[in-house]
Amino acid sequence: MKLMEWSSLAEMAACAQEQGISLGRLVFLGEVRDTEGQESSIYERMSKSWQVMKEAVEEGLSNPRKSRGGMIGGDGHKLTTYLKKGSTLSGDVLEAVSRSLAVAELNAAMGKIVAAPTAGSCGIIPGVLTMLQEKLKLSDEAIIYALFAASGIGLIIAQRASLSGAQGGCQAECGSAAAMAAGAAVELAGGTPFQVLDAVAISMKNNLGLVCDPVAGLVEVPCAKRNALGAANALVAADMALAGIGSVIPADEVIGAMGEIGRAMPEALRETAQGGLARTPTGVKLAKKFLRLE
Amino acid sequence: MAKYMSCFDIIGPIMVGPSSSHTAGAVRLGKMARCLLGENPRKAEILLHGSFRETYRGHGTDLALIAGLLGLETDDTRIKESFRLAKEASLAFAFQPADLGDVHPNTVRFLLEGETGYRLEMQGSSTGGGNIVVTEINGFPVELYGNFETIITTHQDVPGVIAQVTQVLSCHGLNIAFMRVARKNKGKMASMMIETDQSIPREVLKEIKELPSMFSVRLVGKV
Ligand code: SF4
Repeated sequence: MKLMEWSSLAEMAACAQEQGISLGRLVFLGEVRDTEGQESSIYERMSKSWQVMKEAVEEGLSNPRKSRGGMIGGDGHKLTTYLKKGSTLSGDVLEAVSRSLAVAELNAAMGKIVAAPTAGSCGIIPGVLTMLQEKLKLSDEAIIYALFAASGIGLIIAQRASLSGAQGGCQAECGSAAAMAAGAAVELAGGTPFQVLDAVAISMKNNLGLVCDPVAGLVEVPCAKRNALGAANALVAADMALAGIGSVIPADEVIGAMGEIGRAMPEALRETAQGGLARTPTGVKLAKKFLRLE
Repeated sequence: MAKYMSCFDIIGPIMVGPSSSHTAGAVRLGKMARCLLGENPRKAEILLHGSFRETYRGHGTDLALIAGLLGLETDDTRIKESFRLAKEASLAFAFQPADLGDVHPNTVRFLLEGETGYRLEMQGSSTGGGNIVVTEINGFPVELYGNFETIITTHQDVPGVIAQVTQVLSCHGLNIAFMRVARKNKGKMASMMIETDQSIPREVLKEIKELPSMFSVRLVGKV
């Protein structure tokens, strides 16, 4: 079975440009073709995921709970309250950050989420997209196509590098989610397919080398906050690309570098909780406390 | 190695967190055990190995395994209440940390007893991204992924049985996606696992059941 017909983001962008359609539409049509599916059922399936993402944002913000492991919870809500006071330093970006954080917290509290691309990094895309929907007054349809664009970017990352923390560190999870969100944001703001690629590259470059070092091996610390900052990264990268700033290293090569860095990463820093933050004195203490076996 | 072939492998699945391997995969392993038992479980002893043993509380792997035993889906928000649901369903359970040997780090072994007293031992692993593999059923080495409908037989280990079974399937136009044969001891008990692309009609199962040398035939759905 062949996965789409493209092996690089550059090919995808050229294709979209040539046909005069958005990247999201191109990926959607590719999915219909590859899976020999019905246009309506494939659209509906993504629409269902979008519904669940919106519900997760809502639930995470309005019903803050302690995580299953007990190390996090309630920070998304805290940030929204702070935002309402109107004296933030980073402004609108926090609208997305607070939601990403809330969804990541919901995940850690055994709530219902959409892996995007993984459960650990599930907050970034819904945080960025729900914020943009409100700010830019976008239809659900526009967002659903943006989710196809994000999936297309993710498929290329999966092909050329990895989406798994155990294989490539957190750059492959939260790094990929941020890059996908950055690309989707540019598309929603009316950028060209090539600006989408610049956003992907700019976003991912700043997450290269990010290790996966979860305290106690649980998807809590530092995962939730990496989702939060991943949303900020995505929006700033999108703005930079929309301003006409190009990435000197093309997106496909940045993704290749991410894969290579992942392969060079020691196993201790790939989800095993044997290094990084997981092995700090506090990390070790927390692990002892939260993993007590009776 | 995960396979990504569709947009929905990237955005998706819709699931209850926190971890596709430690939560979603665990629900599917529990569901698989329930399917194989073929009836409501009453008693479950659950051995946890490796990363499952270390992190099961924080990942809710324990809740997820029980949810699966009760037949819940991976996106059911009641997963976190599964212990209470188990009580309502009169399912008594216990978790034991264990060393199951040289196996995948996310491995679990179920020792189950059903409402009619039927017993099942099943071992399986959660291999990442919500994928699972069942590696042993009642002492038979197997390889079941839960992605296809699967026929599981036990039969006498004599020549010709496999050909008869595949004959029945091809007569009904059913395509075999994956097949594996195992036996406990030569000439005595053997088992076949056949995963098919299409779903398997009842009459096909009946036909297989009626073949000579067949002890039991059961159908396990996708989980
Ligand atoms: S630190 Fe590891 S477990 Fe946490 S989000 Fe990143 S990749 Fe996933």
